[in-house]
Amino acid sequence: MRYLKAVATLKIDQGRCTGCGFCLNVCPHEAIALDDEKAAVQDLDACMECGACAKNCPAGAIAVQAGVGCAYAIINGLITGGPPDCGCGEGGKTSCCS
Amino acid sequence: MFATDSAVSAGDKTRGVLARWGIGRARYRVLPGLYSLGSPAQDSPVFVSANYKLSFDVLRGALAGLDAWLLVLNTRGINVWCAAGKGTFGTEELIWRMAVCDLKAVVRHRTMILPQLGAPGVAAHEVAKRTGFRVVYGPARAQDIKAFLKNGMKADRAMRTVDFPAAERLMLTPVELAQALKYFLGYAALAALWFLGFRHGNLGGLLAQVLPILGAVLTGTVLVPALLPWLPPRSFALKGWLAGLLWAAAAAGLWHAKPLVWLGQVLALPALSAFLALNFTGSTTFTSPSGVNREISLFARPMAVSFLAGLALLVAGGL
Repeated sequence: MRYLKAVATLKIDQGRCTGCGFCLNVCPHEAIALDDEKAAVQDLDACMECGACAKNCPAGAIAVQAGVGCAYAIINGLITGGPPDCGCGEGGKTSCCS
Repeated sequence: MFATDSAVSAGDKTRGVLARWGIGRARYRVLPGLYSLGSPAQDSPVFVSANYKLSFDVLRGALAGLDAWLLVLNTRGINVWCAAGKGTFGTEELIWRMAVCDLKAVVRHRTMILPQLGAPGVAAHEVAKRTGFRVVYGPARAQDIKAFLKNGMKADRAMRTVDFPAAERLMLTPVELAQALKYFLGYAALAALWFLGFRHGNLGGLLAQVLPILGAVLTGTVLVPALLPWLPPRSFALKGWLAGLLWAAAAAGLWHAKPLVWLGQVLALPALSAFLALNFTGSTTFTSPSGVNREISLFARPMAVSFLAGLALLVAGGL
């Protein structure tokens, strides 16, 4: 299954990439591949912006606007003017996080 | 330190199903800390998990026959995937929990196995630098853990990648359905008061008023997730709108609505299904926040206007 085309914000700075390949290990959708010893985006539309690659890149070579991906949280954020928040967790009124 | 085992009882399973419907979910937790499963020794593997009991039960169930340590982080009762996104299943909590439980004195090796879906919250290189422990990301699904161990702690392609089969999709539908039904029941109660009270037991009128809407709720929350790969648009709102339009056409045939009510249904039902289907993006493992943002900026206003206008016509038609 594929989601909207060309919206994901995943970017790799190949100048900083050391080719360790850890990002390939943590990507659940094989969006990244090693290309000539450097990580490269091979399938942008497969990226769900979970941020695992950026978080686990020792060289800080990956940037992605990771965040809560549920519509409920984003609409909540728009209404309250704050960041996306689904309200799950301590003191939360709803519980969508199953 | 706590002791646990791999036996997931019938009671655990029942409470797990209830939690999926939102019943007792917020309290469905285990205490954070270090658990022993079987008779682990200093060289037994360490698995890290969340303190949502459903996550904990899936992990320990998958470890039947093994001796292992389970390090349970305080994710405020939220599953690994959502908690990693929020940062509660994260580098700081992990390092702190390791220190509290004195993990380095409990095991001789320096390796921890984390679920792959926890990777958005934990920086493995940070953990290694600050604690000396190596973080290995295990398979995305707990049921692959034994194969992962046999494979020399390497998750192969199939273990790493997530698909989203029908059974998994349907397991996640009760959350949205339960939330939506609360609003629906409020509406149905008002309609019942009107049709059965003020209209002297007009049951046919009541059913014609509420069943099309109930159908749109089920379309958006259950039918769209079930048919996800077969509904052509990539946008979840459009998937829901399309399915809702088909339902509106069916409803028009079933209840022979007058033109005013029919117009109300065409405006309200697809919009409602579209909104509920869009909410299902929160349950998937392939939708990006940027994509959901795009959908909301495109469709939120049209959906709201169409739904409210349609509802007004439906109410007017019922009076």
